[in-house]
Amino acid sequence: MRHLMNPLDFTVEELNQLFDLANDIEKNPEKYAHICAGKKLATCFYEPSTRTRLSFETAMYNLGGTVLGFSDAASSSASKGESVSDTIRIISCYADICAMRHPKEGAPMVAAGKSRIPVINAGDGGHQHPTQTLTDLLTIRSLKGRLSDFTIGLCGDLKFGRTVHSLINALARYENIRFVFISPPELKVPDYITEMLKEKGIAYEEVIRLEDCIAKLDLLYMTRVQRERFFNEEDYVRLKDFYILDKSKMNLAGKDMLVLHPLPRVNEISVEVDTDERAAYFKQVQYGVYVRMALILTLLELAC
Amino acid sequence: MLNVGKIEEGFVLDHIQAGKSLSIYHHLQLDQLDCTVAIIKNARSNKMGKKDILKVECDIDMLDLDVLAFIDHNITVNVIQDGEIVDKKELILPQEIRNIIKCRNPRCITSIEQELPHIFVLTDPKKEIYRCKYCEEKYGERI
Ligand SMILES: [Zn+2]
Repeated sequence: MRHLMNPLDFTVEELNQLFDLANDIEKNPEKYAHICAGKKLATCFYEPSTRTRLSFETAMYNLGGTVLGFSDAASSSASKGESVSDTIRIISCYADICAMRHPKEGAPMVAAGKSRIPVINAGDGGHQHPTQTLTDLLTIRSLKGRLSDFTIGLCGDLKFGRTVHSLINALARYENIRFVFISPPELKVPDYITEMLKEKGIAYEEVIRLEDCIAKLDLLYMTRVQRERFFNEEDYVRLKDFYILDKSKMNLAGKDMLVLHPLPRVNEISVEVDTDERAAYFKQVQYGVYVRMALILTLLELAC
Repeated sequence: MLNVGKIEEGFVLDHIQAGKSLSIYHHLQLDQLDCTVAIIKNARSNKMGKKDILKVECDIDMLDLDVLAFIDHNITVNVIQDGEIVDKKELILPQEIRNIIKCRNPRCITSIEQELPHIFVLTDPKKEIYRCKYCEEKYGERI
C-alpha cells in the first residue's frame, strides 16, 4: 500500500504513468465514470480549504465513488482532543482512501504510519501540498507537451511560497529547465533552493522586475505578494506593480507563454488577462481534478 | 588526579568535552540502568586542557553508543573486558535518532500528537544534517 506525502515520493517514471492516466481520463471520462463504485473517499480536513476539498470530492464522484469526512477541526473529534493516530485508525474502518489536510506539519505522515488505507497529504502547514505540485506538472505537460526544455519564470513571494518551492524541487528532476526568479529582494527564494540548483548545475537567475524578463519565458507561474510580507509600506507601494500581470506586460511576452497560478488570485493577475489564450490558470483547476482522479485510481490499485 | 578504580567489563568514554558528561549520562539513559557509573569532570588533558570521562560498568552490548557520534564524535570509546581495553569503538553517525533531541518547530505535529516519538533522520551525511522525520525541519535551526 502506498501513500502520497511529498511530490517526490513518485519517481519521474511513475509520474509519467500517472499523467498518462490523467490524460486518458481527460479524453475518455465515461471509461472511468463507475470504476470506483462502492469505494469511499474520506476527506479529513483539520483546517478549511474549500477548493482543495472540492477538487478531491469532485474527483471521487467523477469516478463513481462516494465521499465522507469533515471540513474543519471544530467538526472533527480533534476538538475533543483525539490524536491523528486514533482518528486515522477509525477512518480506516469507514473509507477506502483518505485525503488529509492539517495545519501541523507532518500530520499526514503520522496518519500514514497508522493507517490501513492509502493516505494523501492534502496540505500540511507550510510543509507540503503534493497534489498542487502534481496539478502544476500535469498542466505543464498537457499544455506544453513536455516537462523538459523550457524557461519558467516564478513571480511574487518566492520566500514563503510553499507551492513555489515544491514546484522547483519537482522540476529540478527534468532535463534542461531554466529558472527565472522574479521577486522583491526581501522575498527571494531561500538559499537552500539556489544551493540545490547550483549543486545540480541547473541554470537560474534572479530579477526584480517581471517586465525585464517576461519576453524570454515559456511559462510564467504567478503567486501573490502580500502587503504584510514587506518591511515597510514605502517598499510595498514602490514594488507592488512589478508583480501585477496585466495586458501591457502580456504584450511583451511570447505568443506561446503560458500563465499559471495556484489560485486564489487577488489582484496579481488583472482580470483583463483572463480572456488571453495564454492564461491557463482555470485550465489548471480542471487538471487538478484529473490528476486527483488518476492518483485515487493509482493508490487504490484500480488503474488499468 | 582523582582515582577511580578499574572496571571489569564496560566502557570508558574518554575525551568528552569538559562539562558535557552529565548530558551524555542522560542521552545514554544511564539513569535508567542499574550499573556502576563514574563521572569524572574537568580531568586534566594534554590534548584538550580539560575533559570529562565517563566509566560505565555494564554488559558491553547493553548500551547503544551510536548516539554519541551525533553528540560529539571526538569522544573515544574504549571497550573493556576482563579489566583490559579490548577495542576502541569507531563512532558512526546514526541514520536515525529517536527521542534524543526534540523538534522545535511549533507547527510540527510532534508539538501536539500524544506520545509521538521525536525522530530525526540523517539527510546529509557529508554536512551532518539531521531533519525531523515529520516536518523536515533541520536540527539546530531554532535554538
Ligand atoms: Zn518536526
